[in-house]
Amino acid sequence: MANKIFLVIKREYLARVKRRSFIVATIITPLIFPTILGVFLWIALSDLPFEGAKIIEVVDENRSFVLESNEMFVFSYRGMDREQAREQVLQGNRYGYLHIPELDIDKPVGITFYSMDPPGISLIGNLEAAIQKKIEEIKLFASGIDPEFLSELKSPINIRAMRIGQGGGETVSNTVVNYGVGFLAGILIYTFIFIYGNQIMQGVIEEKSSRIIEILVSSLKPFQLMMGKIIGIGAVGLTQFLIWILLISMVSSLVMGYFGMKMPQQQMLEMSQPEIANWQGENTQLMEIMDLIQGIDFVTLIISFLIYFVGGYLLYGAFFAAIGAAVDNPSDAQQFMFPVTIPLLMAYMGLFIFVLDDPNSNASYWLSIIPFTSPVAMMGRISYGVPWMELALSIFLLTSGFLFTTWAAGKIYRIGILVHGSKVNYKTLWKWIKQN
Amino acid sequence: MCILKIEALNKRYGNHVALSDFHLEVPKGIVFGLLGPNGAGKTTLIRIVNQIIDQDSGKIWINGEPLKLSHVRNIGYLPEERGLYKAMKVEDQLLYFAQIKGLEAKAAGRKIHDWLEKLSLVPWRSKKIQELSKGMAQKVQFIATVIHEPNLLILDEPFSGFDPVNAEIIKNEILELKNKGTTIILSTHRMESVELLCDNIAMINKAKKILDGPVREIKKSSKRHRYRVKLMPKPGMVLPSFDHFKQEEDHVSFTVSLMGKSPNLVIQELMDYGELHGFEEMIPTIEEIFIQKINESHGE
Repeated sequence: MANKIFLVIKREYLARVKRRSFIVATIITPLIFPTILGVFLWIALSDLPFEGAKIIEVVDENRSFVLESNEMFVFSYRGMDREQAREQVLQGNRYGYLHIPELDIDKPVGITFYSMDPPGISLIGNLEAAIQKKIEEIKLFASGIDPEFLSELKSPINIRAMRIGQGGGETVSNTVVNYGVGFLAGILIYTFIFIYGNQIMQGVIEEKSSRIIEILVSSLKPFQLMMGKIIGIGAVGLTQFLIWILLISMVSSLVMGYFGMKMPQQQMLEMSQPEIANWQGENTQLMEIMDLIQGIDFVTLIISFLIYFVGGYLLYGAFFAAIGAAVDNPSDAQQFMFPVTIPLLMAYMGLFIFVLDDPNSNASYWLSIIPFTSPVAMMGRISYGVPWMELALSIFLLTSGFLFTTWAAGKIYRIGILVHGSKVNYKTLWKWIKQN
Repeated sequence: MCILKIEALNKRYGNHVALSDFHLEVPKGIVFGLLGPNGAGKTTLIRIVNQIIDQDSGKIWINGEPLKLSHVRNIGYLPEERGLYKAMKVEDQLLYFAQIKGLEAKAAGRKIHDWLEKLSLVPWRSKKIQELSKGMAQKVQFIATVIHEPNLLILDEPFSGFDPVNAEIIKNEILELKNKGTTIILSTHRMESVELLCDNIAMINKAKKILDGPVREIKKSSKRHRYRVKLMPKPGMVLPSFDHFKQEEDHVSFTVSLMGKSPNLVIQELMDYGELHGFEEMIPTIEEIFIQKINESHGE
């Protein structure tokens, strides 16, 4: 008997994996992400200083405005007059020139920027900020306060959240990382249920409308057929995900590797002293993130992801199979989609509104306990740490939930697949469930 | 021994009675016709035998064993509503159907090849069903039904949807299978189509069996000893009033009943009226017997 379910699983699996559309989607999709990543990196790198930065000649009649170069522009002080600067701009040696007339420090008016291309808002804004900062410094200096001292006053603050474990151990916990993990896992499960649940429904409708079904159920129990289909399609989904993960990490590491190699060596040489310090500062931040990632309990995370991934899929898969069996074509399926879309949507929205916002609130608790919403909602809580009792209760309810939906769906399926041409409503479905 | 025996079978769908106290015995090695109008309960009966649906009460035996799940291996079923996976290749499809019936992949492969050769489908074996003509798909459908060499073949409206050429091919295959010892149950509402094919029949109307037995005997017992006569009357002869009298171009036709006399005697009497051109016993068709039976049961 189990052997027959396996035959159905095999057929469902191979029939889909061999399709050209599957192969194309499986290969193309993971290439899209690294490509986008690569394009962003390329744009970001080509914007870095000394390469694409705009050189601006400063014509300063006060001889006191030494502006700091940044990523957008490099300031040059050649002591030119306006005519010379203008000449340089016209020859293309300078992007533009900034004319700072003799200023009253309290009323700095008449600063003008000249260029061939009309400058963007962000460029003007940046220039204004740079001059403003300089004026601030000048004013501070004039009033006797050392600007160095002032900048020392501003110390960067970053709160480190430590989670106290039951066993006495402490792990680093970071809201941003937890948020990201919960967000990603929840969305992944939600998407998977919808995409592959729909495939189950399409598959059932196909067998029904092409009238293969009666031949099949004369050789197989309807339940074997339904479970075989659900598991087979689930296996297709897992295969696709697995290939995606492999391809994405391969291509990403290629992309990252290419840019990563280029970055430290070339850039380091070109960087000025404060920039290297800055870069190292970023690096310690990187170390901190690595530290945080190590703080995640990956074993719990991966195991519970798999449980909720499979449990949620089976729970809703049975629904989709029952809907497919009850209708003659996909357009009729719309009326029965509510019991599927509403709880899934609630789980999805609950994930954003409640769970990710406060994983320990009442709403988050219930959303992660009720089997119809728990596959998506619980994933939002997992990385924050969930008491074992709650996790056990939630998994127990999810298991009972999918046993129940599979049982009910099996009843609907068994009768529905043989019913053609008659309009089916919720009342008829209920009759089928009650029928022996 | 009977290959299929059914006792006191009952099935209801809500208030609708589909089968009521139904008894049936199908002897081995014959073609058995299950006849009756649409909605009589034929498909319900067949689905119960195929274990697609459950009866409310009653017992079924296959080869003397109470019907059980493993019997699907012994039964081949061609439903009235039938189809194939459109995107699946002919060979893969047949293999799948053979395997879910319980055949090993290796044995199935050989049989598939033999059947494809027999129905000249070998060049199309790697084609998908959607690339095949309708006639070819029908042949594949038939192979899928018989690939596991069942002892009992149940065909529901087998000739509906088949074009005449294919219907003939299938008819011949059915007879060949019968000669090899397979029992075949044909279910149809088009009674004239199976009269010549069936050894035995059972007639079903409104959830009940109203008649069954060997076709020859049913016909014999339904004979009313009436004869159709063709006659060229002598000029000026006045004929007595005969039943179904009809004036044709150069002769008249009517029917007579023997009324206990021998046919030869009746012929002699008729010869007095003119030149006898035809004298033929009127044998009722299965359909006529069926209608007669329904009328009788209404009269009861």
